[in-house]
Parts: sequence; structure tokens; C-alpha cells
Amino acid sequence: MLRGNKMTEKERNQAYNKYVKAKIPKTRAWPSLFNSFIVGGVICCIGQGINDLILLGFPTMAEQTAWGYTLIALIFIASFLTGIGVYDKIGKFAGGGSIVPITGFSNSVTSPSLEFKHEGIIYGICVKMFTIAGPVIVVGVVSSVIVGIIYLFV
Amino acid sequence: MYYIWVFLIGGLICMLGQMLIIYTNITSARILVTFVLIGVVLQAFGIFDPISAFAKAGINVPIIGFGASLAKGAISAVKAKGLIGAFTGGLEATAGGIAAAVIFAFIFALIFKSKTKS
Repeated sequence: MLRGNKMTEKERNQAYNKYVKAKIPKTRAWPSLFNSFIVGGVICCIGQGINDLILLGFPTMAEQTAWGYTLIALIFIASFLTGIGVYDKIGKFAGGGSIVPITGFSNSVTSPSLEFKHEGIIYGICVKMFTIAGPVIVVGVVSSVIVGIIYLFV
Repeated sequence: MYYIWVFLIGGLICMLGQMLIIYTNITSARILVTFVLIGVVLQAFGIFDPISAFAKAGINVPIIGFGASLAKGAISAVKAKGLIGAFTGGLEATAGGIAAAVIFAFIFALIFKSKTKS
């Protein structure tokens, strides 16, 4: 018998899960919820501010175009802050507050490409760029095509 | 002052994301995917625009807005062009955001060094 007194696979997995659970740092719920609320709200207000400034400067611009520029501006800011290492610090404080806004999407594109830069431009930057954004785009495209086809028939 | 609504709605959505992190231990990729799906569904049922009318950036800046404009693009393109619109509309509406994320990430990845190891 090879097994002997060794644990079965199931027992081993359970023990491992228990070990992992003990090692995961415990976040106290309420402060982190509060922080994510504040930071998320502030990021949205910054977005609204940029949008209002654009419309103030170019009153004839279509609302949709102004939103486009607003999102591009937010993505630029978040990407830059990721580059200089500030966004990760915000993320540690804010949790979901820095992931859920579009700035979190931008961060999820810049961060891995920066981290795997040493693997080269193609296999590092270009491939790793989509480790998190890839699923987001795939799910978004699949579901929007489905919605579009449904609307074809209703 | 509509900024109060922007702050409240945006903050609440982000807090929902944080709740998902705390109580289900899901990763940030799953959170982004979940919220994009929420946006697509809200837009498909026509709930997004009424909320967006008063929440403005509060719901457009969270990634829900990304999902919503994907669905909105697909829906309006289907109405204008038929079946092909279902395939072209979504990405067309969100191309700006995706292209911006890609180009800025590429540039800043070339310029800056990773700080995670320090």
C-alpha cells in the first residue's frame, strides 16, 4: 500500500484550505467599506468634474463625445498613477473603491504590463496587458452581442 | 448639487464591490467582469438610462458604465443596421476606452519601472 498513513487527497485539500484561510490577512469589514465608499465617490466626482469642464470649454460638443473624453482622461490619469506606483497605494487603502471605477480597469491593464516588462515587449507587455482586461472584454463582447441579437427580435 | 448624487451612487457601487471582496474573496478580475455584466443587463432592460440621468458620473465612471455602453452600442447598431450591428455596435461604442487603456498602458509600461518588488 502506497498510501500508508498519508492523507487522502480530499483531506489534504481541506487542510490546505484551512491553512490558506488562516494566512489570509483579515480585513476589518467596516473601515474598508467606508474607505471604498469615499474613494469610489471621489473618483466619480473627479470624472464628473472633468466632464463638466470639457462641456464648459466646448459647449457645442455632444454629450456622448464629452463622456468619451472624460473616460479617456480618467484612464490616462489612472495609467500614469499606476506607472509611478501611486495607484497601488490608493488600492491598498480603498479596495473596491479603486477597482470598480474605470480607473481600476486602466490599472488592471497597466499594472501587469509593467510588472512583466522584463519578459520583453511582445511576451511581456503585450501579452500580460490582457490578463485581467481580457476576461472583461470577452464577457462584455459576448453579452453585448447576445443582447444585440435579442433586440433584433423584439 | 448633483455632485452629491454622483458621490453617493458612485460610492455605493464601489462599496458593493468591496463587499464582494470581503464576503466572497473574489479576485479583481471577477469583480470587473461581474460589474460589466451588471451594466450590460441594466442597459438591456432599459434601467441604466433613468439611473444615469441623475447619477451621471456616479454610474458612468464605475465599470458598469462600460458594460452599459457596450450593450447600448449593440442595441442602437442593431436598430440602425440589423444583425451586423450586434457584432459591431458594442466594441464601436467602447473602442475609445479600450484603445486608451491599451495605448497608455503600453507607453507607461515602456517608460516606468515596476515598483512592486521594492
